[in-house]
Amino acid sequence: MPPVRDIKLLTEKKLLVLENKAQEIRADILKMLEHAGSGHSAGSLGMADVFTALYYHVLVHDPKHPNDKNRDRLILSCGHIAPVHYTTLAHAGYFPKTELQTLRKFGSRLQGHPELGKLPGIENTSGPLGDGSSQAVGMAYVAKQEKLPFHTYCIMSDGELQAGITWEAALFAGRNVLHNMTWIVDRNNIQIDGYTEDIMPIEPLVQKFEAFNFHVIEVDGHNIREIVEACAYAQSIFEQPTVIIAHTTPGKGVDFMEFEPIWHGKTPKDKAELNRALKALRTLNNKITTEGN
Amino acid sequence: MSILDRGWKNKNILKHISTRNGFGEGLVKIAEQNKNVYVLCADLTESTQSEGFKTAFPDRFVQIGVSEQSLCAIGAGMCLAGKTVFLSSYAAFSPGRNWEQIRTTACLQKQNVKIVGSHAGVSVGPDGATHQMTEDIALMRVLPNMTVLVPCDAIEAQKITIASAKKKGPVYIRLDRSKTPVFTTKATPFAIGKAQTLRKGNNVAIIGCGPILYECLMAAEELSKLGIEARVINNASVKPMDEATIIKSARECGAIVTAEDAQIAGGMGSAVCELLAEAYPVPIERIGMQDEFGQSGNAEQLLEHYKLTAPWIIKAAQKVIKRK
Repeated sequence: MPPVRDIKLLTEKKLLVLENKAQEIRADILKMLEHAGSGHSAGSLGMADVFTALYYHVLVHDPKHPNDKNRDRLILSCGHIAPVHYTTLAHAGYFPKTELQTLRKFGSRLQGHPELGKLPGIENTSGPLGDGSSQAVGMAYVAKQEKLPFHTYCIMSDGELQAGITWEAALFAGRNVLHNMTWIVDRNNIQIDGYTEDIMPIEPLVQKFEAFNFHVIEVDGHNIREIVEACAYAQSIFEQPTVIIAHTTPGKGVDFMEFEPIWHGKTPKDKAELNRALKALRTLNNKITTEGN
Repeated sequence: MSILDRGWKNKNILKHISTRNGFGEGLVKIAEQNKNVYVLCADLTESTQSEGFKTAFPDRFVQIGVSEQSLCAIGAGMCLAGKTVFLSSYAAFSPGRNWEQIRTTACLQKQNVKIVGSHAGVSVGPDGATHQMTEDIALMRVLPNMTVLVPCDAIEAQKITIASAKKKGPVYIRLDRSKTPVFTTKATPFAIGKAQTLRKGNNVAIIGCGPILYECLMAAEELSKLGIEARVINNASVKPMDEATIIKSARECGAIVTAEDAQIAGGMGSAVCELLAEAYPVPIERIGMQDEFGQSGNAEQLLEHYKLTAPWIIKAAQKVIKRK
């Protein structure tokens, strides 16, 4: 059995640091997307807390040695939320933050959808939905078989749960008891054409995963403590793979983007709109009235 | 040892073994040398000849079930963790069903995923059109980073299996169900990117891949009796193709026939046409499936019905020589 990796308790002090970090990451996501002129805003903003929790507390990784053989693996299955992944990696020290402004530009290492080998910290090429979960189970299978110490995480969108291949991977994970792997589903209820339950319902999701022999944990995807604790708990489950369903708000932090499917694949159209979004972030959607323009 | 079996002219004395069998043997050999080789199978262990590997190396054999899309993506994930994987299924399903996963997770990521498509061509026989994969060469050939290999007999299939494990990156290996003559020898060279001239001649070049190559040799023998000396080339490495050998044959023979048990659109013959149209245009005739599906029947009946036998190759050679 592979060794267990302890995830340390999150102190109140560190929690505050991480919450601020997530907001910084959101601001940078908005800036890079406005500069790029195309890309996916809602999911990227919605997953900032999960990515912050993972890269700043949960994962065993070292940005100075991105290819260390014992590093935890984070497979991003829904490549369209690359902006949050890129921004978190840059903040964590994988590459200079200035490079974020090259997103989607000719010659950039920050491809519109992430590509393996282009950028340190990126573990897989993704974009075509559903392929990440299978690759994660392939990695976890080898790790379990050969007693390698790393844990494999796979972040996926809720929309891609409509893809058959996701459930092929789930069957395999359950049958092979891949307890050294944790899936995190971004349950934000939107996809390009609208709300998931209007397009092609995926509920009841908890029961579905349970039927596929997963241990299921539901968390508030904006509560960093809950996210960290769910990841830690997943490490203690040896009888099943774990899926964490992270309930998130698409467009989190920017009032005019939140819950609006239209922002799934859209960016702030100009500097004025960007500034409105940044102000919403700064003022917690105008709740902080002392914060000016 | 010659590059052709001593008895190659007499079909009846040659051993008849399927290329999938040769693959199964090659797999065990390479797995003995390379501990990183895993085999993934989509519920067709025996008929794809992965059984031998499974028995010898049960810890490295992974059953996926009827899940061809994840067959490829799980395999790619294993490669990301440092392995070399062989994906074993019928060609109609892999690469037939999982093309996007092959494109994204194997080719774009440049992983050591070896896609082994058994039961290719109409020579599959009784199973009918659903299981007779004739579009696979076209599907795999267009993918950047992909290598496409089509063995002509069981001995070459073994060599190709071993060579593909040593080759970095994705490889497609096309295999047949039916037992076909073993006419090459252990001494016949095989290298990825190299074509083999099996017979000399300067009147026409017959370029084939897969077991149909035996028909090409038979056709050349008959043509010789008619005073036509045909060069026969084994173009097993469809991609990368041995451009120098193909261009040389066009220059020296002035006319070409290609032969494969696959769709002529996008197949090996298409690849030859693309090359020569730019490099050295000569008349070409293509033997292969002419934009139609197969049907049930035995292999012999079907190969004859779809004009994939020596008499049809002879006709094509005579026709193309007239066009010189």
